[in-house]
Amino acid sequence: MTNTNVTLNDAAVGAPPVRRRGKFAGMLQRSETLRGFFLLSPTLVVMTIGIVIPFAILITMSLWTAIGFGFDTTLTTANYETALEQPVYGALMHRSLVISGWATVATVLLSYPMAYYVAFHVHKNKMMWIVLMTLPFWTSYLLRVFAWKVVLGYEGVINSGLLWAGLIDAPLEFLLYSQQAVVITLAHSWVAFAILPIYVSLEKIDRSLLEAATDLGDGPVARFFRITLPLSMPGVIAASFLIFIPTTGDYITPALLGGPDGMMIGNLIQLQFGPVNNWPMGASLAIGLMLYISAIGLVFLALTKVFKERMA
Amino acid sequence: MSKDAFISIRNVDKYFGKFQAIDNVSMDIGHGEFFSLLGASGCGKTTLLRMLAGFENPSKGEIYIDGQPMSEVPPHHRPVNMVFQSYAIFPHLNARDNIAYGLRRQKLTKQARADKVDEMLDLIALPGYGDRAANELSGGQRQRIALARALILKPKVLLLDEPLGALDKQLREQMQLELRALQRQVGITFVFVTHDQEEALTLSDRVAVMSAGTVLQMDTPSGLYEAPKTRQVASFIGTMNFFEAQVKSTNGAMMNIEAQGLGNLQLPRGERHFNEGEAVQVAIRPEKLRLTDDKPEGDGQMVQGQLRNSSYLGERSHFYVAIDGVDRPVAVSAQNRTRFAPDPTDERPVWLNWSDDAIVVLGKD
Repeated sequence: MTNTNVTLNDAAVGAPPVRRRGKFAGMLQRSETLRGFFLLSPTLVVMTIGIVIPFAILITMSLWTAIGFGFDTTLTTANYETALEQPVYGALMHRSLVISGWATVATVLLSYPMAYYVAFHVHKNKMMWIVLMTLPFWTSYLLRVFAWKVVLGYEGVINSGLLWAGLIDAPLEFLLYSQQAVVITLAHSWVAFAILPIYVSLEKIDRSLLEAATDLGDGPVARFFRITLPLSMPGVIAASFLIFIPTTGDYITPALLGGPDGMMIGNLIQLQFGPVNNWPMGASLAIGLMLYISAIGLVFLALTKVFKERMA
Repeated sequence: MSKDAFISIRNVDKYFGKFQAIDNVSMDIGHGEFFSLLGASGCGKTTLLRMLAGFENPSKGEIYIDGQPMSEVPPHHRPVNMVFQSYAIFPHLNARDNIAYGLRRQKLTKQARADKVDEMLDLIALPGYGDRAANELSGGQRQRIALARALILKPKVLLLDEPLGALDKQLREQMQLELRALQRQVGITFVFVTHDQEEALTLSDRVAVMSAGTVLQMDTPSGLYEAPKTRQVASFIGTMNFFEAQVKSTNGAMMNIEAQGLGNLQLPRGERHFNEGEAVQVAIRPEKLRLTDDKPEGDGQMVQGQLRNSSYLGERSHFYVAIDGVDRPVAVSAQNRTRFAPDPTDERPVWLNWSDDAIVVLGKD
């Protein structure tokens, strides 16, 4: 059934007949671009439904106006103008970037030594170490945040410990409900996202490069700053982006640990979609935040490129 | 330690866990010498080189460079530089910065540094390549940059870990010549690790043949080739025909040996002074045997055999001759001096002859 004309090809007995493929299969075979899109297609569908459509809705909504419980659907940039004019939005936006900037710096600084240790000094069971480092992720985000509340609180672990040791007379109040509290908690929560890319970039470094640097006269410190750090920069940059972007928009940690000083733009956006019930305003703030982050991301990338070129 | 030894390795052992990589090695390397460590992989040659560089420390024994004991000196303070097998060119730096890498510790002006790098680029015949990024360099170019990077620091010793292994044959031969010329030019002691015996013979003033963590023999290239001390060295360097033999009688400096297949041989007793009745081996290089169709004139040493097969290699041919009483066919190498010589491949009876000094007598081990 598969090939009725086999009998006609008696001359070629022994050689298996070339199987004809369908028209689409043939086209796929011929065009690499088509093959690429074909492989991508499930992802493309999900991306379209999950990102492009909601994004379009968000943009459209940001151009509407809220009237009571409904929307005025005439397109206007009034929300964006309000966001630019009212100082509270700008101030919160700025504070969010500063807090998550510090959180990013803290996370990368904390993760680097851990990743370095596993990459260079662990020779057995590397996988186990990596898994152990992702332990904070094994509980829910909310629980982790609450745990920090217990640690940092007025009668929390740190304060009671310091009081017991006689180092302080009264509990430290700045620990909880402050920007520091938010930075500490964010850094702890996101550390695994920083360890993995940094670990991968460190692991990839050819060990003979380090020996060569030593051979050419570098002590351990000089070698780190001249070889290890520059070669692991891709991991550091990836880690920075992975942490900076989501933490800027975070609202759970600041809501629970930030207090009035630690409020971030994410809280404001959440308020607009919740109690305030001004969805168009929330949508414009969300888009404004996104543009802001993209701009900072681009500046950061440009800076690393300049830095790299100057180093070389 | 001999007086003119520049590098002196004294009774060095090296263990990795329970595995002994180096077993009581001692050697002296002279100033300005091109010295090679030759051996199959796993023989300890790279470990020895890494101990000179300071990346490994001897478990026992001491290494002296220019009279200074080295075991307490960290690698970045040793007066040696290394060319790595993988070249280890820093991928984030261009050729110029790779070469200038080690200069940072010498406080030089920008101009002085640039001049030094240019000088090096000229030396390695890559002028104008300074601004090439690391990934724009070919294998041979990387090899030269790695060389320049080490030489610019004017080390007392340059260590080379199979630096030509990754190059294709033609480039490798060219680099061998350049390396040798460069070594003469800069006058630095080179310690060169290789598993390629031809390369070791071509380049070196002296070669140490290593196996299983020990030095089998240390000699000049011709010494190793023409006067190997053990069967292992004789078979590792080039091709060698071996014949079982026994010392029949000795007479002062001469001895009479009965060799399987070759008959009675009158030979000098040599350094080892073999005793009467001792079982020995007689060895002869393929190119020292002459192959003829007709019985050679005169009454020199000769034997008749049957030509089995041959291979044509262009400038020379290899013949394999079966001799009565010898298990393996004897290899003979001959230059193809005439063009279109009659086809030598037919199986036929042939004669082999040789001169007395072509024969090496080895102990039975």
